[in-house]
Amino acid sequence: MKLVDSAYVSPKTGKRWIPVIGLEVHCQLKTRTKLFCGCEYTFGASPNSLTCPVCTGQPGALPVLNEEALALAVRTAQALGAEVASESRFDRKNYFYCDLPKGYQISQFDRPYCKGGGIALANGRFVRLARIHMEEDAGKAIHDRGDATLVDLNRAGVPLIESVTEADIQSAADAQEYLAALKEILQYTGASDCDMEKGSLRCDVNISVHPPGEPWRTKVEIKNLNSFRYVGAAIEHEIARQVAAYESEDPSRYPVQETRLYDPQRGETRSMRGKESAHDYRYMPDPDLPLVHVDAAFLERQRAHLPELPAARRERYEKQYGLTPTDAGVLTSERAVADFFEAVVRAGGRAKEASNWIQNELLRWVGDQELGLERFDELQLRPSELAEVVDLVERGTIQNQAGRKLLREMAKSGRPAKVLVQELGLEQVQDAGRIEEWCRAALVGKEKVIADVRAGKEAALNALLGPVLKLSGGKANVQLVRETLKRLIAETEPPLNP
Amino acid sequence: MRPYTELDASALREEVAAGHRSAVQTVEECFARIDALDAQLGVFLSTERALARSRAAQIDAQLARGEPAGPLCGVPVALKANMCLEGFEANCGSRMLAGWRAPYSATFAQRLLDAGAIPVGMTNMDEFAMGSSSENSAFHVSRNPWSREHTPGGSSSGSAVAVAAGLVPLAFGSDTGGSVRQPAALCGIHGFKPSWGRVSRYGLIAFGSSLDQVSPFARSTRDLELAMGVISGRDERDATCMDENALQPIVPDDERSLAGVSIGVPREYLPDSDTGEVAQCVRAALESLRALGAELREISLPHTAYAIPTYYVIATAEASSNLARYDGVRYGLRVEGSGSLQSMFAATRGAGFGAEVKRRILLGTYVLSEGYHDEWYGRALKVRTLVARDFEQAFEEVDLVAGPTSPTTAFRLGERAADPVAMYQADVLTVPASLAGLPAISTPCGFGAGTPRLPIGLQLVGPARSDARVLRVARAFEAATAHSKERPPLALEPAR
Repeated sequence: MKLVDSAYVSPKTGKRWIPVIGLEVHCQLKTRTKLFCGCEYTFGASPNSLTCPVCTGQPGALPVLNEEALALAVRTAQALGAEVASESRFDRKNYFYCDLPKGYQISQFDRPYCKGGGIALANGRFVRLARIHMEEDAGKAIHDRGDATLVDLNRAGVPLIESVTEADIQSAADAQEYLAALKEILQYTGASDCDMEKGSLRCDVNISVHPPGEPWRTKVEIKNLNSFRYVGAAIEHEIARQVAAYESEDPSRYPVQETRLYDPQRGETRSMRGKESAHDYRYMPDPDLPLVHVDAAFLERQRAHLPELPAARRERYEKQYGLTPTDAGVLTSERAVADFFEAVVRAGGRAKEASNWIQNELLRWVGDQELGLERFDELQLRPSELAEVVDLVERGTIQNQAGRKLLREMAKSGRPAKVLVQELGLEQVQDAGRIEEWCRAALVGKEKVIADVRAGKEAALNALLGPVLKLSGGKANVQLVRETLKRLIAETEPPLNP
Repeated sequence: MRPYTELDASALREEVAAGHRSAVQTVEECFARIDALDAQLGVFLSTERALARSRAAQIDAQLARGEPAGPLCGVPVALKANMCLEGFEANCGSRMLAGWRAPYSATFAQRLLDAGAIPVGMTNMDEFAMGSSSENSAFHVSRNPWSREHTPGGSSSGSAVAVAAGLVPLAFGSDTGGSVRQPAALCGIHGFKPSWGRVSRYGLIAFGSSLDQVSPFARSTRDLELAMGVISGRDERDATCMDENALQPIVPDDERSLAGVSIGVPREYLPDSDTGEVAQCVRAALESLRALGAELREISLPHTAYAIPTYYVIATAEASSNLARYDGVRYGLRVEGSGSLQSMFAATRGAGFGAEVKRRILLGTYVLSEGYHDEWYGRALKVRTLVARDFEQAFEEVDLVAGPTSPTTAFRLGERAADPVAMYQADVLTVPASLAGLPAISTPCGFGAGTPRLPIGLQLVGPARSDARVLRVARAFEAATAHSKERPPLALEPAR
């Protein structure tokens, strides 16, 4: 496959530069309890309420690996086509900070649980993963409440997996696509909810630029990227900054190996710490934790838990349900939406219609309630209920518009469709007399439309459908309305002086 | 009713269980003994009399209701101050944790409580278990009951003296490189370091995690067996704690004959050229073992000479990491410094740790540093496997390895305090078994030639997980000799 060259063209000199980008993504695993103790974790709980001797680093306390975290980590590796090591090890990463209760973080250094794998981008590029490792999260230091620094250890010990790509990414767009695909997989496997606002997904970028055909140059690390948009913006800014620095031909301005922070307000990166103050983490094997052994049976059990992944699911929706690639893409972009869709179909709703209803109605509700797609399953509507509405519309019992009203009522009251149809009088009206009445009323003062229809512009009729349906409370049979309107217009005397 | 100080834990438990003495009376006898001796011996850093009394009353009430007596019912015990027991001050002999009361209980300590034991206090120790003499305690020294001018050994100094002087029949120390066996030898009592992983370390405040092991002191080997039966076994809070099924069960064994048991004597531990008092005493002990039917063989553990440097690389590396949590943020001492977080860390650690702890943190930090890691820490891990392999090869030929526990009898307090390397040599015979994670006991085997009379210990080391075998042979030796029955000359202070 031909690779797309995403060279950066300097606005100043017109010269081409090749960006070299790698991503490190930290992702919180959605386990019931923390990585090495029995504390549960929920975002936003009262500070230091979700802690115990282990995760607060009390003297004498010891870590014990949470098997559920290992299972989720392994499933993620499998979904990414990576190789799970039969034996891996936890190490201590030693450094001092007030949010790090033990003075070291338990992580994996030279023997991570997972190597290889990757994600294919739409442009044919394949982003290889160097490794994924498990580690515990630190607590949170809060510096903006007066003079003192406050420490909240609720997050301390929450399981993370850190995935590190090879430097296979060449543009902001590639990076964003990679992240979107990774997020999709993490959510599908149930490994994480990937909520960047709650910090359950965090991304660092390593980036350098070099002229085509030349060796790679000094890489810079960018931190503090808490949305995909910022990742894109930071990469674009950093490429431009590095190119401008090299093109200045002033070596004192050339990029140095350092960590930079992204400032979303100013849309730029700022130096945080240079190499001279780089940490020596003094990694050592953690003597409190035995080697992690993963055998074939464990791998097999985890593989059995793997759901169908988004790409496979999209393909199946096109084949099995005859959906367009666009519809299949929308439905599968969140696992919760796709699961809902399939449940509607299982409950008897026709696929094409179910897809339309979900896209036109339910996804809009989610938007209105500002829920975020990953919380789709919190909607107060069961798939069987949508299936019923689809069916009622399909059989002509109710109109489309009445169906929308019905759905909302069902979601609000939780009462069955049939009862609500009766109570709200949503059943379709086929009575020719009443329909003619509504049509006549809608035609009053619409001479222009009438003239257009007479002139053969049948489409102009559509402008009248809405008012008629409104008058009928969404109940009038649309086919009858059309016919009636056409007949009435034909019957009307044409004006003498058009 | 026999006097409190003449009873070992097993006998005391029988008397309490049989109703011959109450638990309340027993703890009062214990406190009377503490009042009479602690001021001159420096055993305890803290005692918890109210807690002990209420616990004793509770046990008496349970017995009165006819509830079954636990295996340590009514037995007063002392814990080293690096062990967590809810409500007790686990200060690790350090200013850093002065006043720190554990918010939870160690697994082994909870098992002691469940068995009916009555913890009476926390004993003195070299700071964070680093030392061999008690002189590194931030609070005071402990004194050898056989001679106040001499060290009781360390780092589990207070617990050893507590048992040797009859304050309690049973006490617990932690053995990292010999911190229970060496003071047991110097105080003339039994000290048993189990296989690494035999006893849960949850709640034992870490020094060198891959070496630390909770270890009992007692005046009889049957008490060691009793204690091990209570505290050992799998713990879901310690991932390195062995599954009970993977261990030989410790069963009391009254077999006195050692026929068929082969005992290897490493020439590195007991060279022919050594005619010192310790060597002579241990040779006599070996003859007693032969007389019981054991077969003695000279063997070689060629990497013995590397054990001390290897140990001091690995233990200090682990300590540098284990002691990083004492930063002034969450518990213990805090010294504010000049306002920044870094200066608070530095000021706290500067003020909270003593010289030996700082020395070991520096050593450990150095051997793990980038550029030195492979040369020091990495190499030490390799030598550690060579030391372990020495033992594995030896145990293809012999059932146990025997030799002295300490190269000398107790040295004078102050004698080695200024020379850390001389102090480190005190561990030369205990460290190899620690590196290999093997069960080892120090059992009394006589006295030195000089005055005052100072005790000497015989060390027996067994293959991995052969805890029962080590205890059984020590028990046969104990039964055949009178060494364990010797008691130090103590001048009681008048009752207050």
